[in-house]
Amino acid sequence: MTDPVAVAVGDELPPLALRITRADLVRYAGASGDFNPIHWSDRIAGSAGLPGVIAHGMLTMALAGRMITTWVGDPGAVRSYGVRFTRPVVVPDDDEGACVEISGEVVEVVEDGGVRIARVAITARSDGRTVLGRATAEVLLP
Amino acid sequence: MPDPAFVGRALPPAEPYRIVREKIREFALAIGESALVCHDVEAARAAGHPDLVAPPTFTVTFTMPLIEAFLRDPEFGWDYPRMVHGDQRITLHRPIHGGDELTTTVHVDELRTRGGSHLLTLRCEVADSAGTSVATTNALLVTQAS
Repeated sequence: MTDPVAVAVGDELPPLALRITRADLVRYAGASGDFNPIHWSDRIAGSAGLPGVIAHGMLTMALAGRMITTWVGDPGAVRSYGVRFTRPVVVPDDDEGACVEISGEVVEVVEDGGVRIARVAITARSDGRTVLGRATAEVLLP
Repeated sequence: MPDPAFVGRALPPAEPYRIVREKIREFALAIGESALVCHDVEAARAAGHPDLVAPPTFTVTFTMPLIEAFLRDPEFGWDYPRMVHGDQRITLHRPIHGGDELTTTVHVDELRTRGGSHLLTLRCEVADSAGTSVATTNALLVTQAS
């Protein structure tokens, strides 16, 4: 867990680099209840104009959220979290999958009714391109 | 063509959804969230929570089925198979815990047509069994205007 007292604007969060494989998509489909076939069928993804099966946007959002929860130490500290899905993450049918790199920076620390809230700007890239836009989270500092 | 008469309406509230520990653990595992408060009840209580803590994006598990049911309703006239998720915001007024019984109401906030696309903003208001607001989610959904 990060030292809450020392959190300041400009702090960079420990970045996260992870891989998303087809097996991850299957597991997320089951856990989330999102069985849209563009997340498991190349045939249907292709007919929807995609280069292949893509990750659930909400999975990418959740993975980026892990950087925040790991940093603050408690997933219950997240007050708000918003993203724009700017580009799909294409997940090839191989052992490597897709690589997503997540980084973040504290852009604001405010006092609100006796508690301190940090606003974090998040960057998520896959294949060198941004996949989440305007991604920010507000986190209650312990 | 989606029916603009739905804009400004709230759909009938869904049946209460019970947050069970096993679902929190399953979801945490699926997103690789290893925080003990999502998996171990004693660790969650030691951290001051009444029960397991759901990861922030857990709301999707019980709000998305309601949104899908609405968007597949022929009366609304939405092109569900060609839909893409434009953006998503989740505001947690408090963490969601194991044992919560949550009622979700879907609000149709806005429908715009721009640049050959329909843009729909749906808001889910999530309340606990005491009627206290727990979470608000906002989704922007996009489909082609044919």
